[in-house]
Amino acid sequence: MTDTPLPRRIPDRLDKPLSSAIFSWEALLVVIAILIFVVNSFASPYFLDPWSLSDLTFNFTEKGLIALAMALLIISGEIDLSVAAIVALASTMMGMAVQAGAGTPVLVAIGIVVGLGCGAFNGLLVTRLGLPSIVVTIGTMSLFRGIAFIILGDQAYKGYPESFAFFGQGYVWWVFSFELALFLVAALIYWFVLHRTSFGRRVFAIGNNPVACQFSGVRVDRIKFILFCLTGLMSGIASVLITSRLGSTRPSIAQGYELEAITMVVLGGVSILGGAGSILGVVLAAFIMGLVTFGLGLLNVPGIVMSIFIGLLLIIVIALPIVWRRLREGRFA
Amino acid sequence: MKNFLKYREIWLLAGIAVLIGLISTRFPGFADPANLRQVFNDTSILMILALGQMVVILTRSIDLSMASNLCFTGMVVAMLNAAHPAIPIPVLIVIALAVGLVLGAINGFLVWRLNIPSIVVTLGTLTIYRGATFVVSGGAWVNADQMSPDFINFQRAAFVGLPVLSWIALLVIALFFLVMTRTQIGRSIYAIGVNPTASVYAGIDVGRTKFIVFCISGMIGGLAGYLWISRYVIASVEVANGYELNIIAACVIGGVSIAGGIGSVGGAVLGALFLGIISNALPVINISPFWQMAISGSAIILAVVLNARGERRQGRIILRKAEAA
Repeated sequence: MTDTPLPRRIPDRLDKPLSSAIFSWEALLVVIAILIFVVNSFASPYFLDPWSLSDLTFNFTEKGLIALAMALLIISGEIDLSVAAIVALASTMMGMAVQAGAGTPVLVAIGIVVGLGCGAFNGLLVTRLGLPSIVVTIGTMSLFRGIAFIILGDQAYKGYPESFAFFGQGYVWWVFSFELALFLVAALIYWFVLHRTSFGRRVFAIGNNPVACQFSGVRVDRIKFILFCLTGLMSGIASVLITSRLGSTRPSIAQGYELEAITMVVLGGVSILGGAGSILGVVLAAFIMGLVTFGLGLLNVPGIVMSIFIGLLLIIVIALPIVWRRLREGRFA
Repeated sequence: MKNFLKYREIWLLAGIAVLIGLISTRFPGFADPANLRQVFNDTSILMILALGQMVVILTRSIDLSMASNLCFTGMVVAMLNAAHPAIPIPVLIVIALAVGLVLGAINGFLVWRLNIPSIVVTLGTLTIYRGATFVVSGGAWVNADQMSPDFINFQRAAFVGLPVLSWIALLVIALFFLVMTRTQIGRSIYAIGVNPTASVYAGIDVGRTKFIVFCISGMIGGLAGYLWISRYVIASVEVANGYELNIIAACVIGGVSIAGGIGSVGGAVLGALFLGIISNALPVINISPFWQMAISGSAIILAVVLNARGERRQGRIILRKAEAA
């Protein structure tokens, strides 16, 4: 026992036994997704139609894009509540550009640049001034959407060019929409960055212990700044999609998206305290939320009642493993 | 420390005085005592809510479900009143407190017993409580003509120069001041926020105290539910949608630290008043109300910057962690 030779090399990651994969968070999400899928297809005859399923994806792709970047940000121990406000501001700027006669490429560029700029502003406030991100982004949330309200008031921008409609309404192939394709490609990129690069390892490390990271030579502030920029960027992209899908801009656009995106991230198994999570989980959570809202929609359940299910799902899915563990340990009071 | 807190509130008070002064240059009647009383009355509900939120934030938690609680409880009370106009208003207020308490206790139980972070719990109950409002009301509104005259007029009745609503706010402020500065639970709430580990060693039950603060914020949400509905005389699912962030904003402007342990009753009240003055002043000085959101956003950011500078004086975080270890 005492004379065990030291291992020659330390593995990058521990070997995962099959049982840990079966009892993983992602497996739980897959089971829930399949359950909801089966229940839905029994509950409504319209559910199992390729075009219905395609419509379903529009429920979550835009928020899902934001949730991907938000996942990294939350893993690093920060949060961004201003994402929906960024969507509104970027959309308003695109609307202004349309009034000035801008074409589709310019509009897309404006949406993305405004998103990036807003994200950088959040990042600067958090990293340069050392402020808590939850409060900073509550402030910028009011600020960004406030600017949209100042510019637009109770008006709306319309008249987007026809070619602009492709991003939110176009299809890449058969029933696969551009939005869905973009979401899947983005998910792949984020998966690679988070789980297969040193940058991703650093994001996890920062979430677990920022002080130790600082002393280990990780440039904590710079990485956090990049993550805020990424979240802004994804919000800008989401803004292009939403604006294109709706074909108009009001200052109240995308209201409440921030909480839905965060719900997706948390439902996906990302620890709200930072340091743990996976992109696969977030993607599964996005699908689950889409399935729930769409399935209930087919049953004529009003949106507000659906939100009860989403809220319950969030709490139950988080509480379930905790209750299960305590029951096994026999110390549940 | 105590001097320092006073220092911050004096600055906030000075800021409010400057704000009122600036508004008076454009609209001389604003600083009139009668108008200021009106502003205070208009801000009463936000002040009460900010106090409820403050005790939660002090323990390093957050309650995002307050506005939904307000909406649900307000609807329940309004429907009760519409169905049974004979129920006296004090009984309705007790019912509102009780319903709010139950909703708060649900949050508190999940945080205490299951150790789920409060932001996750209340993010969930934020949507659940608002959804539940739809379920109990069936999506219908309760309008002014369905409410009894007592229900609407109770808070408007003048009592020694002030409307009852203002008196309720003053009563709540006094109550919170006593609890936070003169009782054991008040000290425990601060202790948990400053150093949870040390609090455990000092014999404070951290989980139970968190449960209690969520019960408090729940009761406040319920009380505000009745006050809000009877003030704006409409109960619907959309009531106070998104207002949870205004409540937190009032706390932040009032110097309550989101990291817990720092904040005072006076600060939270002044923070709420600051926001109340802005929203009251914009129409009278002919600035479009659409500016309000951006202005309060800027105020929040400015307040956070100032708060952070104040908090840094206490010593660097790395050192504090090293001490705790």
